[in-house]
Amino acid sequence: MQLTGAEIIWECLIREGVEVVFGYPGGAILPTYDALSKYPQVHHVLVRHEQGATHAADGYARASGKVGVAMATSGPGATNMVTGLATAMMDSVPIVCITGQVPTSAIGTDAFQETDVTGVTLPITKHNYLVTDVRDLAYIIREAFHIARSGRPGPVLIDIPKNVQNATTEFVFPDENQIRLPGYRPETVIPPEQFEQAIKLINAAERPVILAGHGVLMSNAMRELREFAEKAQIPVAQTLLGLGNFPASHPLCLGMMGMHGEAYVNQAIQEADLLLAFGMRFDDRVTGNVKTYAPKARKIHIEIDPTELNKNVKVDVGIIGDLREVLQHLLPHVEPRDRSAWLARIDEWREDTRRRDILNADSGDALWAVHVIHDLWKATQGQATVVTDVGQHQMWEAQYYHHERPFSLITSGGLGTMGFALPAAIGASFARPDEEIWAVVGDGGFQMTMCELATAVQENRRVRIAIINNGYLGMVRQWQEIFYGRRYNATPLVNPDFVKLAEAFGIPAFRVDRREGVLPAIEAARAVDGPALIDFVVEREEMVYPMVPSGADLHDMIRRPLADERMEVHS
Amino acid sequence: MKHVLVARVENKPGVLNRVASLFRRRNFNIISLTVGETEDPAVSRMTIVVDASKTDASMVQRNLLKLINVIDVEDLTHRPAVRRDLVLVKVQSDSETHADLLRLAEAFQAKVADISPDSMVLELTGEEDEVQSFIEGLRPYGILEMMRTGLVAMARGSSEPAYQPGVL
Repeated sequence: MQLTGAEIIWECLIREGVEVVFGYPGGAILPTYDALSKYPQVHHVLVRHEQGATHAADGYARASGKVGVAMATSGPGATNMVTGLATAMMDSVPIVCITGQVPTSAIGTDAFQETDVTGVTLPITKHNYLVTDVRDLAYIIREAFHIARSGRPGPVLIDIPKNVQNATTEFVFPDENQIRLPGYRPETVIPPEQFEQAIKLINAAERPVILAGHGVLMSNAMRELREFAEKAQIPVAQTLLGLGNFPASHPLCLGMMGMHGEAYVNQAIQEADLLLAFGMRFDDRVTGNVKTYAPKARKIHIEIDPTELNKNVKVDVGIIGDLREVLQHLLPHVEPRDRSAWLARIDEWREDTRRRDILNADSGDALWAVHVIHDLWKATQGQATVVTDVGQHQMWEAQYYHHERPFSLITSGGLGTMGFALPAAIGASFARPDEEIWAVVGDGGFQMTMCELATAVQENRRVRIAIINNGYLGMVRQWQEIFYGRRYNATPLVNPDFVKLAEAFGIPAFRVDRREGVLPAIEAARAVDGPALIDFVVEREEMVYPMVPSGADLHDMIRRPLADERMEVHS
Repeated sequence: MKHVLVARVENKPGVLNRVASLFRRRNFNIISLTVGETEDPAVSRMTIVVDASKTDASMVQRNLLKLINVIDVEDLTHRPAVRRDLVLVKVQSDSETHADLLRLAEAFQAKVADISPDSMVLELTGEEDEVQSFIEGLRPYGILEMMRTGLVAMARGSSEPAYQPGVL
């Protein structure tokens, strides 16, 4: 069958199972958009900015477990994708971005809307391609999807010059086994000696802690993790991206570790005699000062990416492999143990955290962000998919929305991309049309990509947007308060009226500034058949506690004040 | 301590850029990098010398392997290997030093590549140390220009598999 390059793109996407593409047309990708009308089985979502397309593809991928697809034109269209690609790269999210490029004859001439996109995106993609011959196109698309979703997933970009989209060739969709990548080995073999060593350490440990990361979700190892933890009675601490990989209500679940993890979680890590790192990468936000990190612990690292071993933290045993397979191998050899003394000790620390719980404090007339998150959690019974942006609200969500289900938190972890939540929530809504989706955003980050409100309206997505509006770039302000003598340079925000703004887009919107208004507004938003927005006007200078200052020892936390201390802080 | 890695890479556009970009963004300290073609037109070969006092060579190896276009990576540091470096040196010469320079070249089995009235170009291929002492020997005469290719290396005998997945 003779097809044009443009047609081949869509034929390949359909065969890869793509149902929705997030994109924005322009000169160099026009032939592909022209061919779109022949393929009604693909739904194209017109975003308002190419960054939104990449985040939407990212949110779709995280919510569906499939590859997300974004499309843009050359030059500025492609460079607008940079932030989304870097976000997906840091969080190992499989997306494929297709960009138009100027014709091959014009490449290198500084033609209109020409950018060296493969050059620009080289360090922020798992792999990228410039297609110079239409005969390679189908094969490259096949390869790109394979690379994006296998091994440690990641973003792949395909840059396709306009003349390649227009050229015709015989279309053959290559078979999966025709993919020839001699240097790509996503599958791994586990060496038995590492295994024996790991099992010895596990069975001998008195005070072990599991550090469960994003890898648990990506290898679908939730059941194995739970069996492992229950059999060996080992408590589970989670990374931000790991939340949901183990039920929050489980007695062995500790919750989030690291910079804004609860104190008892970090205390358990610092006192542990064995750390079991499952699909996590010892990010600096997780370890604090690596020199004093978990000083008493031997460390076992199970990880799919060999370059992560001994990168940040030196480990005693490193096992490269798919986490689920590795855990299945380990499980029969892990001995049931009574570790109640260790668990009781952690519970003592946890008791101290309970006394400091801000939920027990009286907010008076003010509305606190944590109360909003808490009430949202209660109203949705912990069952919603929550997409968060970056900053204080993100940490409060991680602390107070207790995720029971896997894949129910979508957030930009590694890159910390403000503006992520709204487009990612729109993307996620295509993967889960029947589920309740909340975008929890700060007033700062929301304004970075709020143009996507129009996309939500055009596509009538049932995305609920909760703005945690404190009139500041809150997390930056928090750092200024603690480390920069309260010099609030460039952090106060003069905001638009978010309710009127939403209404201008045709979105029903509500404003809440009292605790008693929270639940009714949530219910009102839930009743809307389409996007809805709530502007939660919260206390301006709240802090995220506890906090491990950047680079400090993990046990050197700024604790959440006790209730009576709070009064002093705010008087 | 120098670590010698040999990478076989797909002979495709941009692969050298990917490797160089990796070294830059991971802040790896590289002493030399040479690239050339091999017996297989689809494959190029890179010899990479890593400054192991500043950079963990196994990290370099693992990161190279992570690049899709890198087929395999051999660590030749502790293996019997043929290692060669080539240097071209343009050195000052006059009637007084001419004979001395030729004797020095002969002692190192260097070739005379060019002679002019006031300079000559000498060429030496050898192990890195040998090349280094040759350069030191020439230094007092006045080196006008010098160019080293950087190391190329190949394991002796029949080679074993360069990399086994999952084994580090």
